[in-house]
Amino acid sequence: MSELHDPPTAQQLVESVREWLETDVFPQVEGRLQFHTRVAMNVLAMVERELELGEEQNENYAAGLAAFQCNSEAELAEKIRTGALLSKESEVEEFVLNSVREKLRVANPKYLRDE
Amino acid sequence: MESFPSTPEELSLAITAATGLDGITHMRRLTGGASRETWSFQVGNEQRIIQRQRLTSPRDMHVEVGVLEAAYAAGVPVPRVLASSRDLVGENPVGTQFMIVTAFEGETIARKILRDEEFASARKTLPAQFGTALGKLHRINSEVPGLEDVDQIAFYKEHLRDCGQSHPAFEIAFRWLDENRPPIGRRCLVHGDFRMGNLIIGNEGLRAVLDWELAHIGDPAEDLGWLCVRAWRFGGGQPVGGIGAYEDLLEAYGEASGEYISLETLRWWEVLGTVKWGLMCISQAAYHLTGSVRSHELAAIGRRVCENEYDALLAIRELKNGKGTTRV
Repeated sequence: MSELHDPPTAQQLVESVREWLETDVFPQVEGRLQFHTRVAMNVLAMVERELELGEEQNENYAAGLAAFQCNSEAELAEKIRTGALLSKESEVEEFVLNSVREKLRVANPKYLRDE
Repeated sequence: MESFPSTPEELSLAITAATGLDGITHMRRLTGGASRETWSFQVGNEQRIIQRQRLTSPRDMHVEVGVLEAAYAAGVPVPRVLASSRDLVGENPVGTQFMIVTAFEGETIARKILRDEEFASARKTLPAQFGTALGKLHRINSEVPGLEDVDQIAFYKEHLRDCGQSHPAFEIAFRWLDENRPPIGRRCLVHGDFRMGNLIIGNEGLRAVLDWELAHIGDPAEDLGWLCVRAWRFGGGQPVGGIGAYEDLLEAYGEASGEYISLETLRWWEVLGTVKWGLMCISQAAYHLTGSVRSHELAAIGRRVCENEYDALLAIRELKNGKGTTRV
């Protein structure tokens, strides 16, 4: 696939800002500003991970939803709520837990633990 | 409308006019939350705190005054209410509802309480002290005016319906919660947000329980379960506030209240608390997304919802498999 945009990629651009926050800003600030700088670095790192993984994750999620005859996440939520998927309860639970793990791989990979 | 006292000098004069409290010095503003502002001051050598409601806040601070008085009378470690707008006759020179309470020295930052050496011995006694404080609180049988009895399941299901997002993990959690709900028992005054961050800790242990804004009538186990939610462990390895075992909390609670809550019931409330915090994360991010407050910190909280989905699903799986309630 051809890309319209010149390098750097979006991921590399975000990375460059995050690195600047880490090396130049963070050591120079303290207190509340330091805390908010740390939050900003974490947010950018999350965006980098999403740019790397997000597209494939979305495709897999859509495919997984389709396997339960759902066109959207909202539809799956509705079917769980109404009990329409009770016959496949354990498969649904495994799929949902797995999708939550995928969200964490982007949002906060360190949160995943030995299950 | 009268002028709203907003400088330290104006507020000091207003307090004296409202309460007769004289000789106020060192007035300084500590925080300004969304619903109220907090100032500290001295009268002689005594440190005092005034909390004042914002003009726009819908909350009734006088309910909290009643809650604090009842908790104090029951021996729960809380700030003592010295004066409040509830007891004023006529004009309120302070401008909006307020209460003046005793101040406590100590630490509220969980990360320090969990890790700093000076709290090493406190960490051993705190879980039981939490149980004792909650036991005393839940034994209060005087009626506090203005408190609502909120069915937590119904309330948070509605919250999920209305949040504008879909969360299959929380649907699974609510299904399990419905199927496994402990019998509805005694109702009592509960704190509603009893956790690290809202507790003042000294090197000897628990000094004061703060932030009674969310107090309501509910199930006594609600407060215990909330304290064990993983978010309130702040990275600590143990379930009770990151520092204690379930049994330490439950035993101290039973001794103080005469009511022994089972581990199964506690863990059910912990799962509900986990879902509840996840839904609250959605609300926090919504403050940013709807533009009422612009903040990358609030925005980022939206991506912490999945931490709670994860914790809730793993806890449910563990409890379904009969693990998680076996005593070790």
